[in-house]
Amino acid sequence: MIEVISEARCIDCAICVDVCPTNVFDADSRGRPSIARQSDCQTCFLCEAHCPTDALFVAPLSGPAPEDSPLRDEEALAREGRFGEYRGWIGWGHGRSPGSRADRNQVFTLRLRALPPPEPVVPEQEGPRP
Amino acid sequence: MTGRVRRSARRPVAVPARVDVLVLGGGPAGTWAALAAAAEGASVALVDKGWCGTSGAAAAGGNNLWFVPPEGEARERAIETRTREGGFLTDPRRMAAAVARTWDAVHELAAAGYPFPDDEHRPGERYLGSLQGPEYMRLQRRRVRRAGVVVVDQSPATELLGDDDGAVVGAAGVHRQHGNAPWSIGAGAVVVATGGCAFLSGALGCNVDTGDGALMAAEVGAELSGMEFSNQYGTAPAFGAETKGLMYQFATYSRADGTELDIGGMGRPALQRAMVEGPVYARLDRAEPELHQKMRWSQPNFFLPFDKMGVDPFRERFGVRAVLEGTVRGTGGIAVPGEGCATTVPGLFAAGDAASREDITGGITGGGSHNGAWAISSGSWAGTAAARHRPRAAGRATPAGRAGLRPVGRPRGRYDDVVAAVQSRVLPLELNRFRTGASLRESLAVLDPLWEQVVDGLAPADRPGTHSRQAAAMVAHARWMYSAALARPESRAMHLRGDHPDTDPAQTHRLRVRGLDDIAVIADRPREAVIAS
Repeated sequence: MIEVISEARCIDCAICVDVCPTNVFDADSRGRPSIARQSDCQTCFLCEAHCPTDALFVAPLSGPAPEDSPLRDEEALAREGRFGEYRGWIGWGHGRSPGSRADRNQVFTLRLRALPPPEPVVPEQEGPRP
Repeated sequence: MTGRVRRSARRPVAVPARVDVLVLGGGPAGTWAALAAAAEGASVALVDKGWCGTSGAAAAGGNNLWFVPPEGEARERAIETRTREGGFLTDPRRMAAAVARTWDAVHELAAAGYPFPDDEHRPGERYLGSLQGPEYMRLQRRRVRRAGVVVVDQSPATELLGDDDGAVVGAAGVHRQHGNAPWSIGAGAVVVATGGCAFLSGALGCNVDTGDGALMAAEVGAELSGMEFSNQYGTAPAFGAETKGLMYQFATYSRADGTELDIGGMGRPALQRAMVEGPVYARLDRAEPELHQKMRWSQPNFFLPFDKMGVDPFRERFGVRAVLEGTVRGTGGIAVPGEGCATTVPGLFAAGDAASREDITGGITGGGSHNGAWAISSGSWAGTAAARHRPRAAGRATPAGRAGLRPVGRPRGRYDDVVAAVQSRVLPLELNRFRTGASLRESLAVLDPLWEQVVDGLAPADRPGTHSRQAAAMVAHARWMYSAALARPESRAMHLRGDHPDTDPAQTHRLRVRGLDDIAVIADRPREAVIAS
């Protein structure tokens, strides 16, 4: 769930308010966002992807992080390079090239097709008949 | 709220009073529908509960497509394989059309500038079979706006409008970032592309998918189909809910004490049986080190949660759990028997995960390939057909919404309690993945009174939006899926009945479902359990 909006990095553009698919943020009259409904956060990381200044951190937990968790500690997260990580991978922002150019899912879907099917197949007597 | 004005409130979108085609939902299916309708010259509005570009299961993940080149017999073989795996419930004609449409559509995306990767096997060519969600949906939003479609974000539809002859003539909803101000749009035809229902399980990108569209459609009399095939679960790390499955092909699984489980790769039913018995751990140690970077670039947000937690999934064991993906990656939804994905109600079309996907994937999951292709093809077909639909003279438009919207009794429940009650019957593997007649009846005995409670009315939610309506849609879905599951006393594809473990050739038919207060399940005509040679 969303845990941190960095006051220092945020430029009050409120793009996160606009793009959040589950309406987690509110903005004040200057456009400064706040986490208004954390429990509605679906941990999709898309606010991180769209934030132009890497000001947001979404913890990968399906519930809120505990009070003393490093996942809520802005300084520690900044030290570890945790702000803007997803945006970096997908290659959004100035001077980056799209991460989709490095997409190699082709390799993994091909490999998967060579493995046994994931679901039981309908028994033989129902298979092709002459 | 004093002194707090949302930025978007300063620039409201003008909602047209009337359009030729109204698309509900701004994921892949909705955007392809809007593009197809606009290409026919129709005036089009696209309304989304969230934001077109991030909303829907596709935006949050990767999208491998059912992508088969036209050369040789590859398409025939792909269709035969899926027909068999899907339990002989597919429609070969629609499968062929979906494969063909998807092939054309990805070439349109390439022309529109999607940055496809190089093909691993054909030097100098791009590989067009995989779409990264954020990139894909950002492009789709641009294309839709460029086509002149009016995009209305953060404005969930709550109900359809019907005329005196029973045709759909528009929809209504609220602007949830504008104090729930109402909107209403008259339309020659409506395309429902609001996604499936994942019961707020937290599955990646799926909490927007609460089944709102199917509820609206059922209220105007639309039929559903395949609701028994609604129990798809994704594997996720236990600390979160990132249900991205592809990389688990490299997993070995073990118990807490380190005992290795004899479950290869993704082997879902076996893995899920083990999860019912006790905690299961995974490690992606079957991936050769030279693959690691390729894996990361292919599915960055599979690895992102591990990086954030400081866990190395290639070397360290991590707990895994099964998260319900419901009809999002199951196959049940609004029945679309008509040409162009027309529903059984005039003026109403359905596309993407809101629609039944039995046509192209039968009773097994369309996740990881077929659903992406279905979103593109069903969206395109529905948009074209909706634009060509000739409505009769517009009469009086009556709003059709009921449960969770227009209370009929004394409110006697809270949103959060209703959601928790539904989830307690649909999320557990032992109740939904592994079903018995007894457990299904027991669940319905809980869910039926819950429906009456929602019809009577819920206490007002403490946040903007349409939460009561979402609760109603989830109760309806749970009842539809278990009613259909009870009417299929056999095991077929993803539907497993412990009391009927075998597939019964006499049940090679689809199950149609209709109704809300009283639910009717109707067996469709039998299908041939053979593949034409």
